[in-house]
Amino acid sequence: MKSKPIISKIAVHVVLILIAAVMILPFIWMLLTAFKTQTEATALNPFVIFPSSLKFDNFKAVLARYDFVILYFNTFAMIGIRVVASTLFSAMAAYAFGRLEFPGRDFLFSLVLFQMMIPAQVFIIPQYLMVDALDMRNTIMALVFPGIVSAFGTFLLRQFFMGLPKSLEESAVLDGANIGQTFFSIMLPLAKSGLVALGIFTALFGYKELMWPMIINPQADKATLSSALSLIQGAYTVNYPQLMAAAVMATWPMILIYVVFQKHFIQGIASTGGKL
Amino acid sequence: MGVGSKKSTWAWGYGMIAPTIIGLIILNIIPSFQTVYYSFFKTGAFGKGSEFVGLENYSRLINDSQVWQATWNTIRYTLLVIPPAIIISLILAVLVNNIKGKSIYRTIYFLPMVAAPAAVTMVWRWLYNNQFGLINQILGYVGIGPINWIENPSVAIYSVAIIGIWSTIGYNMVLLLAGLQEIPQDYYEAADIDGASMFSKTVNITLPLLSPQLFFVSVTGIIQGIQVFDVIFMLINPSMPSYPTTVSLVYLFYNNTFKYSDRGYGSAIVALILVIILILTFIQVKLQNKWVHYMGE
Repeated sequence: MKSKPIISKIAVHVVLILIAAVMILPFIWMLLTAFKTQTEATALNPFVIFPSSLKFDNFKAVLARYDFVILYFNTFAMIGIRVVASTLFSAMAAYAFGRLEFPGRDFLFSLVLFQMMIPAQVFIIPQYLMVDALDMRNTIMALVFPGIVSAFGTFLLRQFFMGLPKSLEESAVLDGANIGQTFFSIMLPLAKSGLVALGIFTALFGYKELMWPMIINPQADKATLSSALSLIQGAYTVNYPQLMAAAVMATWPMILIYVVFQKHFIQGIASTGGKL
Repeated sequence: MGVGSKKSTWAWGYGMIAPTIIGLIILNIIPSFQTVYYSFFKTGAFGKGSEFVGLENYSRLINDSQVWQATWNTIRYTLLVIPPAIIISLILAVLVNNIKGKSIYRTIYFLPMVAAPAAVTMVWRWLYNNQFGLINQILGYVGIGPINWIENPSVAIYSVAIIGIWSTIGYNMVLLLAGLQEIPQDYYEAADIDGASMFSKTVNITLPLLSPQLFFVSVTGIIQGIQVFDVIFMLINPSMPSYPTTVSLVYLFYNNTFKYSDRGYGSAIVALILVIILILTFIQVKLQNKWVHYMGE
């Protein structure tokens, strides 16, 4: 690598920058269009790249019909409850599966593996009918419902716990701690990076999910950001500046969180995948 | 943990797995059987009432040319997205590894991963717009087009696939980059002493040692490809001429189950999706021994 001529290094950067431009261009175009008037967005001769001024009219027009404050609340309430519940439950189950011995353990763990192998569409009709039978459609809990526990999280954290040295627990037991105390005070803090990775994965998955929120909470004021966009696209088929304003409002929170916590995001995602 | 505390260990074990196992039984295990059960029933008008029809949904499925077209669309989408996405992300990972500005490139390439598919597809729909879209404007300057990216039945699947590739290369690259960093640098130094070329180092060191990560991104990529829905749903309406050549199995499942309220037929489509995924996963696991090498084994 060190002996590589300058020219080839520059060539590599040129390629990487071109691809970076392709990756980022849709986001930039979304932002530019969101500030344009309909006339600017559909001007052809000449084609308009930059909006003439920073007008928030498109955002105001979308907000007048769709309450994004409620959409943010619905989305982040769903994500928050899912992250807390499924991370805690997964960590508990993962510790028991990875470190404790009890009859039927391997069979019960095979239920976890079964869920991971089966595509989500297999579960969705009965899940929908259950929520409907409980008369719980169009609620936050309906959004949370399929993600309250996580087979993937249990699998991921189990591998994490299995990698920790046995001596840690043994010394805790010698100090008279029971299994619950050992788990909460010693093992859980050690698994912090795994918990963060799972939390990020769960949040991202919930935020991106489309079919479940669309079918279970069809009301516009009970939707998530994702499912609201499908309603908004249906309502404003040709007003692209307003559609882009809606897309900006739906994407900026997660992009901001990503930019601030990018190390955790990338390490988290890298540690959730890899070896099968 | 002594023998005396065995019973208490059992109690802790069952207690700690209880929330997850009960949740999985209610949310996943019982529903799997229910879906199979529903596939033997015909759902009445407006989703009300149902009548046992045996294998009728399955015989309808086998004779439904739209289902087979959707199966082909789904497989075609997967073939168009997964191999190019893996090759591009592999090249990017190798180029970005050991370069100045690695973390900036990685941050940018990963960006599509943190945006909701519903939102990015709306943006692509605008980029692809026949009359005013940026892509046709740029192509117009070099004398190509205009191309009807969204509604032309023979083009639209490629338009969908481009979004699919754009969305996944960042994810693949992050996983492959993590794998590259695990390869001991001495392997390359030893190869340098032997005078190995860049090509031979890639084939003999990088690819074999990266094979677990390549296996992971191809298995998960194919499973996700077969389940493609969001992008096609947001880009293509059933009224467009390109709908028959792009509709995926999950999109068809969604329409039958939740738009036409025909859960019985929807369940039969799910059974087909499940069979396809299980066959593809089985083939890949079988092929795994032929090309995947785990370090230290």
